[in-house]
Amino acid sequence: MEVSVQSGDFDVGAEIAALSAGDVDAGAVASFVGLVRQDKHQGYAEAVAAMTLEHYPGMTEQALTEIVAQARDRWQIRSVRVIHRVGKLLPGERIVFVGVSSSHRHDAFAACEFIMDYLKTQAPFWKKEETPAGGRWVDARESDDRAADRWK
Amino acid sequence: MLKVLYFANLREAIGAGAESIELPAGVATVGELRAALGARHEALLTAKNLRAAVNQKMCGMDAPVADGDEVAFFPPVTGG
Repeated sequence: MEVSVQSGDFDVGAEIAALSAGDVDAGAVASFVGLVRQDKHQGYAEAVAAMTLEHYPGMTEQALTEIVAQARDRWQIRSVRVIHRVGKLLPGERIVFVGVSSSHRHDAFAACEFIMDYLKTQAPFWKKEETPAGGRWVDARESDDRAADRWK
Repeated sequence: MLKVLYFANLREAIGAGAESIELPAGVATVGELRAALGARHEALLTAKNLRAAVNQKMCGMDAPVADGDEVAFFPPVTGG
């Protein structure tokens, strides 16, 4: 299983180890872990008390699977794992894991970054932040679109 | 019948995540469906950068819509 959308947490160490377990031709493993930020520097009224992630069941898994397939077309990848959590999360909690193994480091680094950049702009997830001032849906960032565009 | 889904702030503004409707007369594209539903759901018309999917594939407002399709409307995605 390469792609999971789940409410529960994941074990980063176990996921990284699994990417190369039993594969003596894997020479590199690159991984990324995304976390919920408190963003308290924006002021107490803006500090994030919790975040709720919504998704589109069915389409989200398909979109992630498609992004992984695109990464496999572009780089020499051995194993891939993408985990994205949904539901209510607190500051400091893990949101997303992307891990890639390959024979050489360049493919693992590049594919890991590509998958994250595409996930951010193509996979149907939406974040709502709870703050002392009330709830607010997170706006999409142009910088995320630019990050994804540079792979074109 | 058409299954129409709404997500995130659009779901909240409309007050429902899903509805089943008859394909409105004269509607052949996602954009035309948006305009037709906008009579009941103003948020569809006022949403900035509205995105859509037909049968769980991201698409533009000019994408065709046919009876039996699942059409989703949502704001730009913010996962990761």
